Amino acid sequence: MLRATVKSLLARKLRLVLSGLAVLLGVMFVSGSFVLTDALGRSFDNMFSSAMAETDVLVAADPAIDVSELEGEAVPGLLRSADRDTVAAVPGVAGVVGEVQADGARVIGADGKVVTSFGPPRFGANWTGETGGLELREGRGPSADDEIAINVTLAELSKLKVGDRVGVLTTKPKQMFTLVGVFGYEGGLPGRGPVHEVRFTEPVAQELMLGTPGAYTSLSVTAAPGTDPAALRDAIRGALGDGYQVQTGAEAAAAIADGFKEALSFFNNILLGFAGVALFVGTFLILNTFSIIVAQRTKELALSRALGASRRQVIGSVMVEALVIGLVAAVLGLAAGVGVGALLAEVAASFSSLVLAGIGLPLAAVISAFVVGIGVTMIAALLPAVRASRVPPVAALQEVATPDRPLTKLTVSGTVLGALGTGAIAYGLATDGDAVLWLLLGGVLAAFVGVALLSPALARPAVSVLGRLFSWSVPGKLGRLNSGRNPRRTAITAAALMVGVALITGVNTIITSADRSLRGDATDAFQADLIISGQGSPGMLPTFDEALLPKMRELAGVRSVAAEYNEQAVIDGEPRMATAVTDLPTVVQDFSLVAAAGVLSQPAPGEVVVGESYAADSGLAVGDTVTARLPRGEPTTFRIIGMYQATPFYGGFIFGPDIVPGMRTPAPSFAYVRLADGADAAAARKGLEALLVDSPEMLVEDTGQFLDRELGESAQLLLMIQVLLGLAILIAVLGVINTLALSVLERTRELGLLRAIGLSRAATMRMVTVEAVVITVFGALLGVAVGIGLGAAVVQGLADEGLKELAIPWSQVGVYLVLGALVGVLAAVLPATRAARINVLSAIAHD
Amino acid sequence: MTSQVSDAPAAGAGAAARAADLWKVYGSGEAQVIALRGVNVELERGRFTAIMGPSGSGKSTLMHCLAGLDTATRGQISVGDTALTGLDDGGLTRLRREKVGFIFQQFNLLPTLTAEENILLPLAIAGRKPDPEWYRTVITTVGLADRLTHRPSQLSGGQQQRVACARALVSRPEVIFADEPTGNLDSRSGAEILNFLRRSVTEHGQTIVMVTHDANAASHADRVIFLADGQIVDELTAPTADAVLDRIKRLDAAPVAGAAE
Repeated sequence: MLRATVKSLLARKLRLVLSGLAVLLGVMFVSGSFVLTDALGRSFDNMFSSAMAETDVLVAADPAIDVSELEGEAVPGLLRSADRDTVAAVPGVAGVVGEVQADGARVIGADGKVVTSFGPPRFGANWTGETGGLELREGRGPSADDEIAINVTLAELSKLKVGDRVGVLTTKPKQMFTLVGVFGYEGGLPGRGPVHEVRFTEPVAQELMLGTPGAYTSLSVTAAPGTDPAALRDAIRGALGDGYQVQTGAEAAAAIADGFKEALSFFNNILLGFAGVALFVGTFLILNTFSIIVAQRTKELALSRALGASRRQVIGSVMVEALVIGLVAAVLGLAAGVGVGALLAEVAASFSSLVLAGIGLPLAAVISAFVVGIGVTMIAALLPAVRASRVPPVAALQEVATPDRPLTKLTVSGTVLGALGTGAIAYGLATDGDAVLWLLLGGVLAAFVGVALLSPALARPAVSVLGRLFSWSVPGKLGRLNSGRNPRRTAITAAALMVGVALITGVNTIITSADRSLRGDATDAFQADLIISGQGSPGMLPTFDEALLPKMRELAGVRSVAAEYNEQAVIDGEPRMATAVTDLPTVVQDFSLVAAAGVLSQPAPGEVVVGESYAADSGLAVGDTVTARLPRGEPTTFRIIGMYQATPFYGGFIFGPDIVPGMRTPAPSFAYVRLADGADAAAARKGLEALLVDSPEMLVEDTGQFLDRELGESAQLLLMIQVLLGLAILIAVLGVINTLALSVLERTRELGLLRAIGLSRAATMRMVTVEAVVITVFGALLGVAVGIGLGAAVVQGLADEGLKELAIPWSQVGVYLVLGALVGVLAAVLPATRAARINVLSAIAHD
Repeated sequence: MTSQVSDAPAAGAGAAARAADLWKVYGSGEAQVIALRGVNVELERGRFTAIMGPSGSGKSTLMHCLAGLDTATRGQISVGDTALTGLDDGGLTRLRREKVGFIFQQFNLLPTLTAEENILLPLAIAGRKPDPEWYRTVITTVGLADRLTHRPSQLSGGQQQRVACARALVSRPEVIFADEPTGNLDSRSGAEILNFLRRSVTEHGQTIVMVTHDANAASHADRVIFLADGQIVDELTAPTADAVLDRIKRLDAAPVAGAAE
């Protein structure tokens, strides 16, 4: 039996390649992501251990605000000179270097614009000499308070030269410095990772980056010769007491590297997500291929049954074939994965100034490649294998192929699964907690499988309706009839395409709805004429000098200016965003806020207003008090004086300016400007822009411009998702090619007959193309329908979060359908050529 | 090759198809196989010709070449007034579509189409409309009037072959080539098919060329051509089954030189 299997496998190389390719792509993504994270992880380890090479013990304070990556940005705590003295006095300490380092030093480049890093931090730090691998490349370190040095990465991007006068924005408004040096790191690196670095003299760094004279973010301790770092660590820990994090240099390097790896794992999860989609679609492809194989081999299988093969042996023979395909796909996929992982690692390394530690083959990549490759293939082949074992021996003797089996069972189970999936999605959206993601994923998966099971029943009517479009010509009609011939095959091929299209349509529907809802709300709610804001991440928003506010208010045509400050805070023990406004009644008008309880007057010191739904969740009422702590402040009690109905723009705590001194950057990040009736808007805008000349990050925009910019990011996100999900569609195209190639093979004699009675080559190709297009358009239609359904379900479920309006991206849906048809034409090229080249004689010759 | 059959009713002027010095060689060198060795044949219009010969005699190859399904290695072929020599695939396809009808042993019909659609398929491919009167005549002749909406899977083997006959007849081709049309049928269905073919020649002047190894089938023809080793070795006019069998016996007994297919 085994030899027969291997022979039949080799006899069908094309089939092997096509169905194996889908698994291969999935395996490639899985193993590639492991190889990538492994290589980058080890590179980070190397980078930070070399950065910590001269540090025996590293001392830091407990974080001021400790939040996970998902909730926001952690705010490091500060060390004082007294701490430094304490550490220096510990026996065995040879030296202590106080280090100041904080994100948010924005340099104005030679072109007058703020240099952006697109994500990585822009550190401001103190100059501690050429230590920790730092190497001066040009000039010298800063020695006067108006001098800075910058790293090579930043020097190249900013096009600044030693000797230039440079404006730097920090927690304080713009200040001018002289660039006296450019530095890099050992090994010829322009920086440690893709970060930008500005080095000030120590007092300036403390003042500008930490807002606290004499403060440090860490102390780098060198041990006296013969002192064990671990023992010294314990001694320092004992001397300092609670509230400090004391680690050996090696521990600190590992901890920092772990932080980077955690960020990497996010990237890894995305790759694994796409691998999952690829494998899911691949499963359809394999299932289909094996079904066709079994159908084609009915006689062969029946013969072997007649000759005495047991059911088990028949199942075995199909499963062995699957095993071989899975094994080959796993091996090749692993190899491709190493290639892709290495390539991505190279790219990532060159973008982030990282010395690549060399590509390894982590065990996880190998194991996952084989488990996934073989597992998916064998699971997909199981159903056709069982079906093969049910071929009765008498089929060997019968002329007629097995009749269509009824679709009732499929349709019923498809409906049940689809309903379960929809239920899981609905439940998942309605509940909170850790299970939500799994409920949603499981629901979407079940819905996909359910629709896939339903699709054979849908295929017949859908194909006959779709096919009418092509029935005006003979090849068209024949093609349509062929695609309706085996509804299961058509359906499962289309279902593979459905998955990708559905995901894209679903995501697009959600994003479009969010965009529309926000825009609708904003247009209704925004009463401000001009908005002053800058682009940035929460907790690191660009700010402008609050001293400008009175000047803005004095501009001709300006009626009111309300400023808003934002900062991370801990409120009643929970990490929250804290907002402070200078003029709450104006903000209430600008954003059409509605009071739910109490009053919405400007909060006096010690007073706060809060969004109604947040208050309800926390069991707060007007008159209650909350305790808030800001990064640079002490815990303070605030009394709730009012509540407002939440909008997409405001939902949390709004304080008065009394919390501003506790912020790391005590400056406003937004200002809402209203103009007097009949004021010259353009002139007012010019006036505002002139005042903001030293804050190049701040933009003065009207409501429309502001929204376009803010929402433009979601369009980019959508584009990225579409490109990545294109992979799923690519695999589905492989499936269409596979199905058509096998159909053409199956119908060799029919094609011969058609050619004999006068069908031309071109018409033969048209016939196959129509068959393909009918399948892919059917798949695209299914996908669009399912995608809109999923998107609508999510939008419905998120109605409370502000997604009030369901917006279906019709024009893009149209594009997807047209693409579906194009994909069909593309997939048909090879099989159609093959069909047209069929030798008429050998096709009609009887044995 | 100019034997005349006196009782042929509608023998038109000239040949419906002819081959002159037709050679067909497969492969080269050691593996070379010569299927046809300089065959000269003329198939008269309005006649029913049978081609007979043992397996490997080249009879199917001769038919395939005459029908434009295969190309000759050397020699001239023409169907009606069209010379096949030098025609490309498109030309041959057009020739088959416009001048030739086919009846094969099996796999004659498209399973997705009804009997009627199968019958009209060559016309549909050519973008032509059937002559309604002729179409009715054909349908009545083959006795399929009540089976037109059936699909091939719902028809018996004999009925399927009758549909194939109707398909070949309906476009009134220059010549119909039938390749063992009764090979897969029981004797009663086979006799029916042969009667249809005979009648379409006698009553409608259709030219038919049939490859067969069945002496009884050949006896329905006006003329039988015998092939052996790629050459025409004998022929018989107005044959009876016995005369054909007798001729075959004599051929088998005769010493055969050289290898065939």
